Amino acid sequence: MDTTLWFRRLTALFWLALTGLILLDALTAHRYRPEPPPIALGSGQAPSGGHCSGR
Amino acid sequence: MLVRRVVLVTGALALVFAITLLAGLRQGLLTLLGLGFGAVLQGCRFGFTTGWRDYIERRNPHGLWAQLLLLALASGLMLPLLAAHPGELVGAVAPLTLSLLLGAFLFGAAMQLTDGCGSGTLYKAGAGSPLSVVVLPTFMLGSFLGASHQPAWVALGGLPPVDLLRYGWPTALALTLAGCALVALLTLPHARSAGPWPRRWVIGAILLALLAALHLIVAGQPWGIVYGVGLWGAKAFAALGWNPAADPFWSVAPHATRLVEPIVFDVTSVTNFGLLYGAYAVSRWRAPVTTNLPSARRLLVAATAGLILGYSSRMAFGCNVGAFLGGVSSASLHGWIWFAMAFLGSILGVRLRRRIEATAT
Repeated sequence: MDTTLWFRRLTALFWLALTGLILLDALTAHRYRPEPPPIALGSGQAPSGGHCSGR
Repeated sequence: MLVRRVVLVTGALALVFAITLLAGLRQGLLTLLGLGFGAVLQGCRFGFTTGWRDYIERRNPHGLWAQLLLLALASGLMLPLLAAHPGELVGAVAPLTLSLLLGAFLFGAAMQLTDGCGSGTLYKAGAGSPLSVVVLPTFMLGSFLGASHQPAWVALGGLPPVDLLRYGWPTALALTLAGCALVALLTLPHARSAGPWPRRWVIGAILLALLAALHLIVAGQPWGIVYGVGLWGAKAFAALGWNPAADPFWSVAPHATRLVEPIVFDVTSVTNFGLLYGAYAVSRWRAPVTTNLPSARRLLVAATAGLILGYSSRMAFGCNVGAFLGGVSSASLHGWIWFAMAFLGSILGVRLRRRIEATAT
């Protein structure tokens, strides 16, 4: 198969799969939570996200 | 060309708008920062893997120096913020465990075989590199499994975290800058002339440091990559029927919450999504991209190494971004230990890579 065509198909498949999975997850997961302030600095709240450092 | 650029910018705005709509303004802002990370990494070709390989193979220190500049600038911006806002802003601080030593070594070796570290794999996958697109699923699987086993690895023992901020941010910054200068000096006697320092790497270091500081301000925590990648794996397995209730990592807070919430609520995931698209947009800004496909053997080796890359990143409390950049710019000693061990691992990884490429031709 032509490598350019293969590359385009691979790229399209990658973005389709990623978008599809995000949408599927967003539609099926529990959707309600108290929204954090837009910026952590000055919010008075501790960050709640997970981090690679193990927190 | 104009139409393509309008489509690319519209895509970026649509991504930020959609995530803001689904998960709120903070997540939207983090997506925007992720777009910036991806655009800078791809636009400046700012790679940790290549920078280390250039030094190991050719004694060209330019890439390594750019990384040290990034560390110095990010520390200068982040340490005063962390010191002034404890509680609201939290650094990447981790213990000095056996798992850190082994995990960082394995990560350093694997990243030379995957041709990308944590950020490198993501931005190259976003830009459409076939090798990184193949690595991403195994990186995800490895990161998920590594997180699941992380408590057992940590239980093997080690020393508690060493947070230099306890001595005040001026001292912590002075020690961090001294560390950067020491590494730069150590590379000097072996450095071979390779022309002027490429401007794109200097610009990349400055922009990435600014984005890293902004990420800390918005998210309250340093920029990370692999937590989100592992979460994607956990979500995929949960969707296939895996029960995380008995898992020592995914059943405890805050990870258990992340698993049941939409993925767009996760800090690291939305910056990763932005990063992927930012790299994609920049790679196609000037012209459509074409590429040569690596051999099937090379793809298989990279995919296998991707599994190790993901797994070891969780043993070592992060990748080049979460542990190295995040750790050092938070004045945590584990960041420097991660660097030393990963660099040693890369020396092995470069040799393995050379052997694989020689047998492939």
